[in-house]
Amino acid sequence: MTGMPGLFNYLIVVFLMMAGFYVVIAHGNLVKKLVGLGLFQASVFILYITMGNLSGGQAPIVVEGVTAYSSPLPHVLILTAIVVGVATAAVGLALVVRIHEAYGSVEEDEIHAMDLSDDKSSMDARAADDRDAGQ
Amino acid sequence: MLIAVAAIRLSDLFAVVMLFGVYSLLTAALFMDLDAVDVAFTEAAVGAGVTTVLMLSSLHLTKRWEALPRRNPVLSLIVVSVTGAALVYAVLDAPGLGDPSAPVHQHVTPRYIEQGQAEVGMPNLVTAVLASYRGYDTFGETVVIFAAGLAVMLLLGIKDDPRLRPGESAIGGDQLVLRSVTKVLIPLILLYGLYVQFHGDFGAGGGFQAGVIFATAFVLYDLVFGEGAARAVVPPGWLHRLAALGVLIYGGVGVYSLLAGRPFLDYSALADDPVHGQHLGVLLVELGVGIAVFSVVLLIFYAFAGRSRSHR
Repeated sequence: MTGMPGLFNYLIVVFLMMAGFYVVIAHGNLVKKLVGLGLFQASVFILYITMGNLSGGQAPIVVEGVTAYSSPLPHVLILTAIVVGVATAAVGLALVVRIHEAYGSVEEDEIHAMDLSDDKSSMDARAADDRDAGQ
Repeated sequence: MLIAVAAIRLSDLFAVVMLFGVYSLLTAALFMDLDAVDVAFTEAAVGAGVTTVLMLSSLHLTKRWEALPRRNPVLSLIVVSVTGAALVYAVLDAPGLGDPSAPVHQHVTPRYIEQGQAEVGMPNLVTAVLASYRGYDTFGETVVIFAAGLAVMLLLGIKDDPRLRPGESAIGGDQLVLRSVTKVLIPLILLYGLYVQFHGDFGAGGGFQAGVIFATAFVLYDLVFGEGAARAVVPPGWLHRLAALGVLIYGGVGVYSLLAGRPFLDYSALADDPVHGQHLGVLLVELGVGIAVFSVVLLIFYAFAGRSRSHR
């Protein structure tokens, strides 16, 4: 239907997924990490939608005289996942904003350096916050 | 793909966020091509619209420029390459695009497609599966969205700022053209949101998309007509109640069917004719989802926008 050879979509998915993964682990900026997470997330969406596609099929809205439809199930899963994704991204951004207010920085290295100079007990709690925002 | 690479390389976070919006829009076009109209719709409204606005508001609260990376990227590159190679190896076994014998098309899908319209009584199979066959999942998702809204409220809160400055827009200056166009657009967006909400049974659309589109109208109003302008129309206190109300409508439908002697969220209990009951149930549930999504998205926007005002 789309004229693409069979596995091309999957390879794109892998590339995008790894691009997102690279951003998450290699960049220290927390906002950038969230963007990387978004890239990763979108690649998963593409993976699901690719699986649901049926060659010669139509969009899953019943019309007279059409018998082949793409599978509606992956569409449903991804539809809700997108909206949940934006909600969780908002939580992540809110955490980043709070971290910025507390530390004056959104760079992982700088925050970590500040933590090291703090006393041991508060360091653990904030490092945990930091990890949450980065994921 | 190229846009993704550009988004990684740039250190101007503003450009990164804009590119991310473009990336979302392209993804939506790809979904359209792959026959996933409902998903494309959601991705375009959420990814390209709401996410970009939220990211920009949090950039406003933090910093625009990324610090130069001080660590060595080689280790990360190795990890990523190894994982990627493993995934490519796995992908080689995957069924081709559009292969009718793929596992996805074997298990429950034929039943959804063949029986969907007869059992739930609506042509849009995505809505039928979303609200009826997979009603539990969708209820869970709605609760997750509600919980995310709560978390943002706890983290940021909405400051009741006495210094509301309705005349002052986020863009700055007196944008006559922008204001006039927005005035024409907003009623259309709201009308479209309602159409998407109630026509979701027949065409592409449903509660999730409608909620987001509805919220977008208010976000636009707030951006163009001055911070706090939308808050005068829909106060945050209402939104708190609306968000809870949306989840309650969904749960209430489930509890009602329990009380009527049927399983939780079995809409056949809502009317004498099971198909009619299903249709009514889906409509109510989608309404609940729409209200919950609308109020949570708008609440989150208020939270971010309110922060920027009080910390400028």
